Amino acid sequence: MDPARSEVRLAVQDALHTLSSSEDGGHIFSTLGSLKRYLSDTESPALPREKEEFATVHFSPVLRRLAVMSPGWLELLPDGRLEELWASFFLEGPADQAFLVLMESIESTAGPSFRLMRMAQLLAEFLRAGRMAALMEAQCRQRTSPGFPLLRETLLSRVVGLPDRLGNCLQRGNLAEFLPQNYFPLLGKEAVRVLQAVVDSLRGGSDCSVSFVSQVLGKVCVHGRQQETLGVLVPGLTTLTEGSCLWQRVCWRLVEQVPDRAVEAVLTGFVEAAPGPEVLSRLLGNLVVKNKKARFVVTRKLLFLQYRLTTPVLQSLLGYLAMDSQRRPLLLQALKELLDTWGSSSAIRHTPLPQQRYISKAVLICLAHLGDAELWDSRDELLGSMMAGVKCRLDSSLPAMRHLGMIVAEVVSARLHPEGPPLRFQYEEDELSREMRALATPGPAGGGALEAGPSLAPAPAETPTETPAEAVDSSVPQAQLEGSDSELDSDDEFVPYDMSGDRELKSSKAPAYVRDCVEALTTSEDGERWEAALRALEGLVCKSPEATREVSVELAKVLLHLEERTCVAGFEGLRQRALVAVTVTDPARVAEYLTSQFYALNYSLRQRMDILDVLTLAAQELSRPGRLRRAAQHGHPGPGTYCSPPLAASQPGSAAAPDWRLAVEERIRSKTRRFSKGAPRLGPVGGPNAFNSVAGCFFFPLIQRFDRPLVTFDLLGDDQLVLGKLTHTLGAMMYLAVNATVAVPMGKALLEFVWALRFHGDAYVRRGLLSAVSSVLLSVPAQRLLEDLPDELLEARSWLADVAEKDPDEDCRVLAVKALLLLERLKDKLLLPPSP
Amino acid sequence: MCESPGRPGPALCFCVPSQSPGDCALLSMAAHVPPPPDPQFVLRGTRSAVHALHFCRGAQAQGCQLLFSGSQAGLVHIWSLQTRRAVAALDGHGGQCVTWLQTLPQGHQLLSQGRDLKLCLWDLVEGRNAVVDSVHLESVGFCRSAILASGQPRWTLAVPGKGSNEVQILEMPSRTPVCTLKPEAGAKPGMLMCLRLWQANSGPRPLLLAGYEDGSVVLWDISERKMCSRVACHEEPVMGLDFDPQKARGVSGSAGKALAVWSLDGRQALQVRGTHELTNPGVAEVTIRPDRKILATAGWDHRIRVFHWRTMKPLAVLALHSAAVQCVAFAASGLLAAGSKDQRISVWSLYPPT
Repeated sequence: MDPARSEVRLAVQDALHTLSSSEDGGHIFSTLGSLKRYLSDTESPALPREKEEFATVHFSPVLRRLAVMSPGWLELLPDGRLEELWASFFLEGPADQAFLVLMESIESTAGPSFRLMRMAQLLAEFLRAGRMAALMEAQCRQRTSPGFPLLRETLLSRVVGLPDRLGNCLQRGNLAEFLPQNYFPLLGKEAVRVLQAVVDSLRGGSDCSVSFVSQVLGKVCVHGRQQETLGVLVPGLTTLTEGSCLWQRVCWRLVEQVPDRAVEAVLTGFVEAAPGPEVLSRLLGNLVVKNKKARFVVTRKLLFLQYRLTTPVLQSLLGYLAMDSQRRPLLLQALKELLDTWGSSSAIRHTPLPQQRYISKAVLICLAHLGDAELWDSRDELLGSMMAGVKCRLDSSLPAMRHLGMIVAEVVSARLHPEGPPLRFQYEEDELSREMRALATPGPAGGGALEAGPSLAPAPAETPTETPAEAVDSSVPQAQLEGSDSELDSDDEFVPYDMSGDRELKSSKAPAYVRDCVEALTTSEDGERWEAALRALEGLVCKSPEATREVSVELAKVLLHLEERTCVAGFEGLRQRALVAVTVTDPARVAEYLTSQFYALNYSLRQRMDILDVLTLAAQELSRPGRLRRAAQHGHPGPGTYCSPPLAASQPGSAAAPDWRLAVEERIRSKTRRFSKGAPRLGPVGGPNAFNSVAGCFFFPLIQRFDRPLVTFDLLGDDQLVLGKLTHTLGAMMYLAVNATVAVPMGKALLEFVWALRFHGDAYVRRGLLSAVSSVLLSVPAQRLLEDLPDELLEARSWLADVAEKDPDEDCRVLAVKALLLLERLKDKLLLPPSP
Repeated sequence: MCESPGRPGPALCFCVPSQSPGDCALLSMAAHVPPPPDPQFVLRGTRSAVHALHFCRGAQAQGCQLLFSGSQAGLVHIWSLQTRRAVAALDGHGGQCVTWLQTLPQGHQLLSQGRDLKLCLWDLVEGRNAVVDSVHLESVGFCRSAILASGQPRWTLAVPGKGSNEVQILEMPSRTPVCTLKPEAGAKPGMLMCLRLWQANSGPRPLLLAGYEDGSVVLWDISERKMCSRVACHEEPVMGLDFDPQKARGVSGSAGKALAVWSLDGRQALQVRGTHELTNPGVAEVTIRPDRKILATAGWDHRIRVFHWRTMKPLAVLALHSAAVQCVAFAASGLLAAGSKDQRISVWSLYPPT
């Protein structure tokens, strides 16, 4: 037997014996001191071989013994000398063993006790002293030996799981060091130190592996702690890798060695933490080319399956792909697939809008990075997918979707087809379109150009606007200036009032009779008279209902066919209000006329949609409580009557952009209507609901013929926009017919209608159907619902549950949930005992 | 005199309910812009179009402010701003339109100009209302007269003269003709449209600003009887002008679509500083508030427009009247009154002086 080994073993056995039996502080101190010899360079250090023997074989048992010391034991010597020596064993010996023993003793100590706290404090000290780096560094230097992986695995899970484990053991007594938000940044910092050591030793010519750090990193990221750790690690690496090939290689190696199942988590973390494509390229190298899993994550998962990256992060990801010639083919491939997805009609129908925006942004960023030569080869293919996507989007009845299609089409066609005439759509410039356009401008790589652009632009623009005022001001002549200085500061706070009403004055006189209006509108060649007639019409109709009734249908016909001859501000609103007024004045006949025209030949979609709008608004006006009393107050119908009723809240086709205030009010109303609108009906003065008697005339002609296509009008085919509008209108009428006798047959017909269309592919139509169901639930008395429509209710319920869970459109899901809640409420109402 | 001073007659006062925004709501754009203001009150009861307005200034007002209004039917109404009712109606112009009203600083004396070619001086002390003096005018133009009075018993009056382009200067109360200002033979400015007398702080010489039919504004030096400067401000006849002696800047409105701002330099030369485009043509009168912060215009388009005087930034467009606004006047307290062809007088309080 090796003499050195046996000697060490004897000494250790002796010491262990002393430790377990002795009560004498001085004795224990000297025993520990003799063991300490094996650990560090004290005055009389042990032989290297003895040290190694102690470290590999005896260190753990000694530590274990030390860990179970009783509390009184440490105070045997004054000044904490013994305690200091005791702690130094844990802090100076081999870090992995010390760490494992610490964790083990903490975990095995049950309940709060002095020893538990002492060990926890020791562990905190261990962390503070940077021993974690020593631990990982030791792992990096060690060569793998048989049986070793198991220990390594244990170590790994302890290192990563430390916050959880300590949280469990210490409960409320947990120390700040062990909280995840403190621990993981520390781990990141230590990892940088380890890598520094690795680089140093590589420079010194000795081998090292970073696989343990990679594993730690992988596990941390899988545990969802990317932000904390990489938030420290990536900035550190960013500065260190700058200009150093060795550092870059170490870094690449670090990422490559990450276990497969952690690749996604680590890569996402890196992409999100890296400040730009250059940095990402420096940190990751050609990982996507080498590693299949990484390629999958970067080119498929982050682009197609998820859509959570923010735009700058997406830019840096795609910029990373563009930065190296080996990776560029991947970018082109990604662009093709992205455009393919963008153009696929099924994807458009089944993916939520945010994801579509994400894909659109990715497409534009790709285009900005790719050169003309690269695009040239696959130009036709790309244009083909683009056109398909544009077509599908323009067909969509959701404005946001159409908007997106237009922006992308403009940008993509300008890029792919620069020689042709530029494609221009009419849409309103907004945040999104500006952002998208900015994405597509190929700038010098990196976000610098994008950030610098807006900050530079406004500076020169502001100066000229100031000068005219100054010029007038400086013209104040010399001598008589005494009073003017004092007022310079004071009267700038004069806030102008709203001056939007300041329009050109029209000279011609407005007609004073309804018949004159009709005549002016049909025959007048004088633009001003025509406009004055249109402006006066609504007031006249309200003022003289008798006269209007004589010509109501004729007037409705004129208005329906009216075209904007000259540019009249607010033409659409004027026409619509006049039509509504006529319909309200003579509901039965005008409604009959309008509903018959809705299914007639030779109308444009716009006119058909107008018919629906007018019918809804008229129904709303008719059902308004206290309408008769306030009939005289016609002049300015408040925003309430002008804007669409709640159920048609999302008017997709309205060309005139409504005022923001209206939009807000409309939205508020659409959110609150169901529960608040019922209340005014119980208001102080009761009156007959004027809509009650004519609801059938409004409703049934519209619902009867939706499935009979005409040559020019096919509701179930291409004209789904009108179908969506129709569903909203029917729902609104149903809602407004509350308490009417005709509500029950209306509800029945409407539920059948909904059932026939429930799987319609267009989200706008589905929204209309869902709100229609809600209207039925609100308007038809609960008792009658249960008696007359039990089957329909059951079917509707299962359909609603399905939609609430699976529909790709968020609004649809919300509406379905609302309808389900109404159903529940209905059930509650029926289960209540009848009140006496 | 058709009504005794004790009985206010049919005058009525309404506090106007806040206007419903109507169509404007569809167009209003920004969140922070306050809606157009409402008038303090509206005075009705003149029973004919209002052509002249004047706030009683000076010490004799003593808290109980009076507003004078001249109507097309030849009556001058005196309104109490406290009770908001007509205190009296003076009938001295034989049913002819009253075009100009002005009080003298030294007492209860009111000047009124009518289209009956008479300029009457009324004594209003202690509720009296009698014509104490009258000046016969020699031309019936559009021109309103002007006075220059500073508390002394003698004051200067400028009235349109015999020829349509002449100005006659009288010394009052003696009615001594001082001079007649007549453009040179070559200059053909057309009819005299408006006048403004003033005296620079530095010199004792009274100066006169006059607007003419050809759109030009002329500065006359009365003591030398010569035209100091002439500048063409408008394409259309000048309908009204006002001048700010402290800043040496003035503003004029015309039958056209623009306001002109002009200034006077040290050598007494007028220079156009800028024009301000209006939505609709026609300005009947322009008045700068006594504290020189804002100015108001009376528009033929039924609207009163308020501007910031220093920057000429538009501040408000007051669309209350249903016919052309003929006159605007400011009180020392900052109140703004406007009289219109629709027989109403609206009183506003905008940007009250601090």
